[in-house]
Amino acid sequence: MAEGKPLEQFQDEIAQCVRCGACQAHCPVYLETGREGSVARGKIVLAAAVLAGEAGLDERLHEEIGLCLLCGSCVAKCPNKVPTDAIVAALRRRIVEEQGLSPLGKGVAALTGSKPLLASLVKGADLLAPVLFKKIPATSGLRLRFAPTALKGRSLPPLPERTLFARVPEFLEGDPARPTVGIFAGCALTYLYPQVGEILVRLPHRLGCSVYLPRTQGCCGMPALSSGNGPLVHTLAAANNKAFADRDLDCILTACASCRGMLAGYAAETGRPLPAQLVDIHVFLHQQGMAAQLAALPKWPQRLTVTYHDPCHLRTAGITREPRELLRALPQADFVEMEDAGLCCGLGGTFTAAHPELSRAIGDRKLAGLTASGATVIASACPGCILQLQDIIDRAGLPVRAVHTLELLQQALTESEP
Amino acid sequence: MPMPAEHILHRLADIVGPEHVSVATVDRITHSFDATQRQCLPDVVVHPGDTGEISRIVRLANEERIPILPRGAGSGFTGGSLPVRGGIVLVLTRMNRILEIDTDNLIAVVEPGVVTGRLQREVERLGLFYPPDPASKDFSTLGGNIAECAGGPRCVKYGVTRDYVLGLTVVTPTGNVIRTGGRTMKNVVGYDLTRLFVGSEGTLGIVTQIILRLLPKPEARKTMLVAFAAIDGAAQAVSAIIRGRIIPATLEFMDGAAIDCVRRATDLDLPPDCRAVLIIEVDGDRALLDGQARKILDIIRPLGVLETRVAETAGESEAIWQVRRSVSPSLRALNPHKFNEDIVVPRSRVPEMIRALEALSTRYGVPIVNFGHAGDGNIHVNVMVDLNQPGMDATVHQVLDEIFRTVVGLGGSVSGEHGIGTAKAPYIGMELDPPTLAAMRAVKQALDPNNIMNPGKIFPENGTTAAAGEADPAADPSASDHG
Ligand SMILES: Cc1cc2nc3c(=O)[nH]c(=O)nc-3n(C[C@H](O)[C@H](O)[C@H](O)COP(=O)(O)OP(=O)(O)OC[C@H]3O[C@@H](n4cnc5c(N)ncnc54)[C@H](O)[C@@H]3O)c2cc1C
Ligand code: SF4
Ligand code: SF4
Repeated sequence: MAEGKPLEQFQDEIAQCVRCGACQAHCPVYLETGREGSVARGKIVLAAAVLAGEAGLDERLHEEIGLCLLCGSCVAKCPNKVPTDAIVAALRRRIVEEQGLSPLGKGVAALTGSKPLLASLVKGADLLAPVLFKKIPATSGLRLRFAPTALKGRSLPPLPERTLFARVPEFLEGDPARPTVGIFAGCALTYLYPQVGEILVRLPHRLGCSVYLPRTQGCCGMPALSSGNGPLVHTLAAANNKAFADRDLDCILTACASCRGMLAGYAAETGRPLPAQLVDIHVFLHQQGMAAQLAALPKWPQRLTVTYHDPCHLRTAGITREPRELLRALPQADFVEMEDAGLCCGLGGTFTAAHPELSRAIGDRKLAGLTASGATVIASACPGCILQLQDIIDRAGLPVRAVHTLELLQQALTESEP
Repeated sequence: MPMPAEHILHRLADIVGPEHVSVATVDRITHSFDATQRQCLPDVVVHPGDTGEISRIVRLANEERIPILPRGAGSGFTGGSLPVRGGIVLVLTRMNRILEIDTDNLIAVVEPGVVTGRLQREVERLGLFYPPDPASKDFSTLGGNIAECAGGPRCVKYGVTRDYVLGLTVVTPTGNVIRTGGRTMKNVVGYDLTRLFVGSEGTLGIVTQIILRLLPKPEARKTMLVAFAAIDGAAQAVSAIIRGRIIPATLEFMDGAAIDCVRRATDLDLPPDCRAVLIIEVDGDRALLDGQARKILDIIRPLGVLETRVAETAGESEAIWQVRRSVSPSLRALNPHKFNEDIVVPRSRVPEMIRALEALSTRYGVPIVNFGHAGDGNIHVNVMVDLNQPGMDATVHQVLDEIFRTVVGLGGSVSGEHGIGTAKAPYIGMELDPPTLAAMRAVKQALDPNNIMNPGKIFPENGTTAAAGEADPAADPSASDHG
């Protein structure tokens, strides 16, 4: 049934847009293209025109509606909180309903939606780079983000031998007086950065929590949402829902801002949330007193200079303080703020696969602030951002490493000063 | 206008490249509106790259008698960038280079598509300052600011856009490229065409390069919020401060109705009997600011002050400005449709104007919320109505009519910042007498003999049914006349 709220039901939200243009200052795509069709206001006017029968779902419309990272930056800053990301997603579903999936969208469906969820490789997945993807299950949205067009010349981490599931048990027993937490790892932390996924599992356990990482969890559905595939989003949501249903959990932790944004946002839209409250790992660790614990450690004599990039899907959810306070407390690093820390990295769902050049141009806007900050390490709270940041850094030839915040926390807690 | 002939499109594509010309419905729709919420479709959307291209395009438009108009960010409040007669929309966002910041002569040379806030950030990095600060500075363009002579809170001390424009490159409606003014503060050679083009709303030509005057950046700022028992006290305070030989950088006010709106929307903690607020900011040498702030508070203390708050940190200052910024978004809770006028009266007549507005609000039974720039008498009057109520459309227009008559009667002006465009064209005659209007038309006629450059703006035309302000499109019979 329900395949996401249809465009018709967004009439009221569309009418809330007063055409002020304020979103131009915040839309990463518009900042790069300078074209009205790229920005929230233009897209809302197009959505209104589609509903009024004044615009058809033609090629130009596809292009403009495709130019959205679903980053939510416009929504956060809009005086009327017009949910452009949700309107764009509804418009994409509408296009798919009437015209079927685009080639890219078909790829998403083939890869993230095949049954059973964790099936082995789908044959004919020739839009993927075979070397990289041999080990990644067909269900993973990762495959779409890194279709060959997007891979050309891109810096990628070496693909690890063992996935997250091979590194940690499904359940880690903790102190019964402490919370039991679920872990939604997401594709990137399961396959591409399993060492970060492992920290996501082991850190809460270190704090005494019991930790549950169900093996039946799958892709969060962001690539499917991004390509307008409403039914697939629902299939994935239902499967993830089921994966966590069999245990009593105090909360479900994420360390991927995009997964969190997808799961939280989609729950709001469909009224079918995961069975326990979603909490970003930084917020959780902060609540558990981790910043104070780190600050109490002796400072290392030789320290890194670290800055932070705000993933859009945390920034727009108002989570900007906790990751910074954790970084500031690190014994092995001095934290510096960089200019434009909140600017989008340009990765965005399937955006990078569909628009690799624009995606990079958006990412390159981070370089000036990063260079000026003097940091040698840029931390972020989303594996997608980290991948994209390392790519733009490498292409610019900067001596900077992009890491997940969790890796620095782990280093502080387990390594002694050199 | 019908779809332009094939040969015209070919010539446009030759000039700017085919990727920068579009007749696609989608592009026409996304360039059919501005912040007035009216919509009219253009026939062609062109993104030119430089002065030479614009000159050739305008020449073509003039030869072929095609309406043509410049568009910046499309954030105008009076319909300046609406293609009311169709034609070519020239979008200037590609021309967004800051060409030069000259720290010896304190000038900047920019292209028109540069967003105001970006220039401000760049010059501030060098210890310099570009003061004009429309609330839209983070997205509106300098070309649009010049065309509308935009102003903002800092104008009480620093003046408006006009005061910072030293020279312009303009493509005139016949396609000639002219240069006005120059790089020097002093320049009296010939007519002051720079001032003619500032505020001309894209009707006399297209600004393609701008020379701006900069100032040294003030070292520090201090922000204060003062709560008053009545608007009269606040207004007297404004005059008293200026009589005291202090010109604050900003002097913003909110009336009782505005305070009520903010109270409803946020947990604003102001004294319960507070009916007016002033937000005062002084800037300059750090060493002098505390003294100035104290002097201001001493001057205004006897005028019904209920409470004062002086920000000690950037965070506290931000919290004060947040109060002011929360007014606009909170208005919608009153009624769905907003008619936003930006009248201006001599500073000393502000209390009379506010009282007149209160009387109108009571007489017609419509909420009117006022806030704005007390320091220069510029009041943002927001008439909040529900146009779905029978007869409300007529009532609103009557209220607006009375407001404008009162303004003109007090020696004020129907638009302080936003311009005339289509929205206020019906009211221009209230303020300008026929000979003055005729002189303006003569200028237009001389520069634009074929009336191709942004036609249908400023001057009232037969059959114009423009609604003032931010009318809801549904309420405006001309709103759906796409194209
Ligand atoms: C939320 C909000 C707040 C605002 N606050 C203020 C404020 O505080 N003060 C204020 O003064 N205004 C304010 N405005 C109004 C508006 O932002 C200004 O009028 C601004 O100067 C318009 O710039 P723009 O780039 O959006 O121009 P547009 O809206 O695109 O165009 C405005 C006019 O300028 C002409 N034009 C544009 N570029 C050129 C050019 N290069 N050469 C010749 N003509 C050109 C157009 O033809 C049109 O007539 C506000 C608007 C909004 C939506
Ligand atoms: S989406 Fe929001 S910010 Fe953008 S034009 Fe509409 S109301 Fe303004
Ligand atoms: S969601 Fe992001 S990319 Fe899409 S319109 Fe909003 S700001 Fe632009």
